[in-house]
Amino acid sequence: MAILLLADHNPEETAKVLTAAHALKSDVDILVCGENIQTTAERSAKLNGVRQILIAEADYLAHQLAEPMADTIIALANDYDVIMAPSSSTGKNVLPRVAALLDLMQISDITAVLSPDTFKRPIYAGNAIETVRSNDHKKIITVRTASFPPTPSQNNAAPIKTITPAPNPNLSSFVKAETNKSDRPDLTSARVIISGGRGLGSQEQFMDLLLPLANKLNAALGASRAAVDAGYAPNDWQIGQTGKVVAPKLYIAVGISGAIQHLAGIMDAQIIVAINKDEEAPIMQIADYALVGDLHQIIPELEKAL
Amino acid sequence: MKIIVAVKRVVDYNIKIRVKPDNTGVDLSHVKMSMNPFDEIAVEEAIRQKESGKVSEIVLVSIGQEEAQETLRTGLAMGADRALLVTTDQTLEPLSIAKVLKAIVHEEKPDMVFLGKQAIDDDNNQTGQMLAALLGWGQATFASHLNIENGYATVTREVDNGTQTLCLPFPMVMTADLRLNEPRYTSLPNIMKAKKKNIEQKTLADLGIDTKARLAILSVEEPKPRQSGIKVANVAELVSALKQKSCI
Repeated sequence: MAILLLADHNPEETAKVLTAAHALKSDVDILVCGENIQTTAERSAKLNGVRQILIAEADYLAHQLAEPMADTIIALANDYDVIMAPSSSTGKNVLPRVAALLDLMQISDITAVLSPDTFKRPIYAGNAIETVRSNDHKKIITVRTASFPPTPSQNNAAPIKTITPAPNPNLSSFVKAETNKSDRPDLTSARVIISGGRGLGSQEQFMDLLLPLANKLNAALGASRAAVDAGYAPNDWQIGQTGKVVAPKLYIAVGISGAIQHLAGIMDAQIIVAINKDEEAPIMQIADYALVGDLHQIIPELEKAL
Repeated sequence: MKIIVAVKRVVDYNIKIRVKPDNTGVDLSHVKMSMNPFDEIAVEEAIRQKESGKVSEIVLVSIGQEEAQETLRTGLAMGADRALLVTTDQTLEPLSIAKVLKAIVHEEKPDMVFLGKQAIDDDNNQTGQMLAALLGWGQATFASHLNIENGYATVTREVDNGTQTLCLPFPMVMTADLRLNEPRYTSLPNIMKAKKKNIEQKTLADLGIDTKARLAILSVEEPKPRQSGIKVANVAELVSALKQKSCI
């Protein structure tokens, strides 16, 4: 049995999917698609227990367009029993296209591997956990990376092989990207996350209050949907069912009531701290440490105390 | 230009669901059902494009039980022109739904198909991508902005570290993200008018598509509950508790 693993642009995420792949006990090849990807390929090659790295390089793969990516994977599919990717925006975009072209059902967002054909995955915003067995001859799987620790690196590197990507079908073309540059830790791999909600009141307050605290804790900044919709924080900070799913050691929710959809993104955090003026807010019921009070006083006080 | 919008009837997003005691699934009896929130956004976008004169007809499609008619009526009241319901008592997987939609697309010949980015019940996030694949069309998933101009769709997508803008020729498939728009409320006169709009019905059997399930659901369980926490009185208590857990 062999697994093809589609690498993420973030090597840490690739390492987490690799842990899920190893739970299936088989040879793992990692496919790196893009432009100028030698460094990513070399880093992936050092991950423990990788058979080989496949590199598909082309200008039209630079922006991870779904159509040529899927075609490139399809061309390799004969040699693999399992095709896996992280549940990142690229993985979610590309893999269902691959699955349909191979007439297979995808298993989305797995959180555990019970056997090579049986997996756990959350449904209904994480309010239920489904155990599914795939009866397909090949498995197409996206992995919730927050549920798996990263596979460590080693000194020996797996061989790197260059492959020819499928031609660009020209069904879509890249126009531009707007990247929110940040020197903060990445949300999906941060050890500490400070997250703000509507309770912050404005974009200025959001940054003025939370940024110094985040700096002190070397934390990533996150947000609830309400805070993003109100323009306090950029979209890609959103945590929850439709945003990012995180599993930090410490999650501090500030002025977040804790709607079902938000809780879906943080249930795997080790310690949840909730700071809210409303004692009855749902987040206070699931928090390990709940502090009732005015966040405008508490946050500066907390920053000073650290 | 013609748009098909695929809509799904799901448990209302505000409902805290319960798992059946025998772990065979989620208890949906006597639970409020609504249109999947992302599908509402897709319908809204189709209507806005029609209002701006770029689209001539909006056809809604739903696949499921008879009750999905209510969902279609909601979309018709929002402003869609007509609807099609493919009835089945089976719960179909995204791959099968995509195959059914493909058959509808071959009959209706739309220029675009809009879907929500995911359904809030199965949380799969697959159908739109699968449909695009089966049709051999381009796909623009997680869309937060759409502009139709000079025979192309320019779509801004929400991606992990910001946004990405793509340009696609027609026909194409787009899946709606939260930020695409704010769906309108349906007014009483529009609800009354929607009752006169046509909902054509087909049965799944009419279409002759193999919809055999590929995945077997072995069990559905409650997630492990978090241990209940404690209330701390002040910042000092919080800091010392976090230090004890070596979190900070």
